[in-house]
Amino acid sequence: MSSTVDTAALASQFREFIEDSYVVLNDEAKRPFECDGLAVYKTMPRLVVMPGSTEQVQQCMRLCRRLNVPVRGAGTGLSGGALPHPDGVLLALTRLANILEIDAEARLARVQPGVRNLEISEACDGYGLFFAPDPSSQIACSIGGNVAENAGGVHCLKYGLTVHNVLKLTVVTVDGDVITVGNEGLDSAGPDLLALMIGSEGMLGVVTEVTVRLLPKPTHWRVVLASFDNVESAGDAVSTVIGKGIIPAGFEMMDSNAIRAAEAFANAGYDTDAEALLLCELDGTEQEVERGIDSVAEIFGQHGATSIRVSADEAERALFWKGRKSAFPAIGRLSPDYYCMDGTIPRRMLSRVLKSISELSLEYGLRVANVFHAGDGNMHPLILFDESKPGELQKAEAFGAKILELCVEVGGCITGEHGVGVEKLKQMLVQFNDAELAQLNAVKDACDPGGLLNPGKGVPTLRRCQEYRAL
Amino acid sequence: MTTLPELQQQVLEAVEYAEPLCIVAGNSKQHLGRDPVGRVIDLRDHAGVVDYEPSELVITVRAGTRITDLQALLAEQEQTLACDPPLFDGRATVGGTLACCQSGPARPWVGSIRDQVLGVRLINGKGEHLRFGGQVMKNVAGYDLPRLQAGAMGVFGLLTEVSLRVLPKPRVSITVTRSLDAEEAIRAMNAIGKTAAPLSGAAWHAGKLYLRLSGERPVVEAAADNLQGERLADDGAFWEALRDQTLPWFLAAKNLWRFSLRTSSPHALPQEDWLLDWGGAQRWLSGDHDHDELQQLASDLRGEVTRIRGGDREAERLPTVSHGKRTLLTHIKQAFDPAGVFNPGRLYSWM
Repeated sequence: MSSTVDTAALASQFREFIEDSYVVLNDEAKRPFECDGLAVYKTMPRLVVMPGSTEQVQQCMRLCRRLNVPVRGAGTGLSGGALPHPDGVLLALTRLANILEIDAEARLARVQPGVRNLEISEACDGYGLFFAPDPSSQIACSIGGNVAENAGGVHCLKYGLTVHNVLKLTVVTVDGDVITVGNEGLDSAGPDLLALMIGSEGMLGVVTEVTVRLLPKPTHWRVVLASFDNVESAGDAVSTVIGKGIIPAGFEMMDSNAIRAAEAFANAGYDTDAEALLLCELDGTEQEVERGIDSVAEIFGQHGATSIRVSADEAERALFWKGRKSAFPAIGRLSPDYYCMDGTIPRRMLSRVLKSISELSLEYGLRVANVFHAGDGNMHPLILFDESKPGELQKAEAFGAKILELCVEVGGCITGEHGVGVEKLKQMLVQFNDAELAQLNAVKDACDPGGLLNPGKGVPTLRRCQEYRAL
Repeated sequence: MTTLPELQQQVLEAVEYAEPLCIVAGNSKQHLGRDPVGRVIDLRDHAGVVDYEPSELVITVRAGTRITDLQALLAEQEQTLACDPPLFDGRATVGGTLACCQSGPARPWVGSIRDQVLGVRLINGKGEHLRFGGQVMKNVAGYDLPRLQAGAMGVFGLLTEVSLRVLPKPRVSITVTRSLDAEEAIRAMNAIGKTAAPLSGAAWHAGKLYLRLSGERPVVEAAADNLQGERLADDGAFWEALRDQTLPWFLAAKNLWRFSLRTSSPHALPQEDWLLDWGGAQRWLSGDHDHDELQQLASDLRGEVTRIRGGDREAERLPTVSHGKRTLLTHIKQAFDPAGVFNPGRLYSWM
């Protein structure tokens, strides 16, 4: 894997086609790139290169391929998917940050990968349109990263994930070929390479342009906030709402630890005696929203909600959401460190899984707060720990691994939206058997024969599988 | 029912004797792609529900299950496979519908079969039965190999099982029609597409624009009142015939082309015979044309064109693929099917 070319010589080869200041060699300037949003994993990249165009990305790839140097992108990800490779060039696409076109008539936008998620919705707000995927990091995260991880967000139950809201990508292959996958229409003939690229964690190609679908903004929104004195009733209420044919725009659940932390932080008016809290948002036309809200409140009542409040106006809706949206930093105040998990389960398994998590919490002696995209079964247990205490990080990781195995056991998966990265490589062995992993690796080899694109992430190599299984 | 070990055995024999396999179930999409060749491997009997949890909005069925049977079962729970794919005389199956990425008129608003697939099981070219994806809405473990199968027409393996997201069935639909020419219709469909109206169909045929609204009655009634035009009685028949391509227009088309375009692209070749669907994103053209000329036109209109009917079945039918993409597809094909037994040449002459 590692190249024999020395780093200074490599830098000068990049400088033949990229301005000097965008080829970064010195450690201080490289420091911000040594990890992604999962800061427990850190590696200093060998070189940071910031191409300013698809053509420069193409030249970078040709050079790296010729010299056999590994490559990765930039990120706010939560799974170590953008952790640098020590021998590798870090390809930072932050300069490719322009919105190239908004076609309000066709409801699409062409953007470069460094454009921030929220910027797209802001830019098309005046046309009454929005870009649906809204991960919690949407102020900071880039659309390129959203594509790499197939990002979701609180509204994906109704509006879908990144894969449902991207029409077309321009991709530079490892050989330096520029290809387009997808189409500005709604589909394209042949195998769906667009879907293959989305969520592939930068391991199959480098995305240099993204065409996204824009949706008409709903005219009305209201949210129901309900408290429950046990988790089972709240879980059943979620299943009943969905079973009745209501598709909320957002449907979130928090457990008692998360409720108390969020309330102390945000003063959103949450009932701190509750064991579970549900937030159910409906959007659409005024009539749709009013009818839906009445049904949801009625269902919550039937399932024994101890209090039900409906947002009266936009200010109150924002307040109800404020607690949920600040749940992560709020929980961060309870503990020096937390470790955020990302399993998805069938909704009906919720009470069973939460019960097992609280048993595991006692077993490992670590507290857990649960925040849950209840509508689509994506759970985010936050394991609280203190890295300064010896062995506690390892304990948190072992606890996390158990939770993910539990998710698979009940018919779910190890990652709903954060990706595998380096963090969940071991759990890939729980999710897939060796033949399936070999097939995934074969697809990786097909797109990246030299194994240069974001190596060591996403799918464990067969050699690592044998090592893990031997443990 | 054809069992899995039997199917795996047939694949392994084909590999051993280097004999191409032609994957068939309902045999309703024979007309798509290049000429089918090889020994028939039939999944018609590999049918039935594996798992259905209405409250999870997920169903898992064997690939040979007919879409009509699936929709009937879902309807009992007031649910539906929302992309409403063509039934092709009742013969269309779940596996074939996914492999050919077929979706009906509601596709722009509810998504395609590709959008709704959550997981698949397939037999690869080594005879291994593999599972990718799952039965949950959000899953980014491993590459999205389930959705890669959409449009692949079986060239990567034999689909045996498919998990799909399903949706509540809309209670009421109302269709409003208005006489317009194609150019005006494209503008009208894009204009209403920008609003929050509960659209579930927007098509133009024979000088008439058809707009369908679906949902709860009061919502749909209110939205329909806002549209100019006449309400169409018994509108179900029109949308079914559009979906199944049984309108007389389709039946008469000896040469048929399908354009997939940026929805607002202007109307082209106005003297020719067109039918517009998906709010302008899917445009059908009937008539004898040169494939290369149409490809140039499609590219000018920001999209692509596929030959569906007529002409030489030995020639390429799909849009021309760039060198880089061809390399990628060839390598991916080898990754799944090293001996090249699954539907060789069906998509492209070179694969």
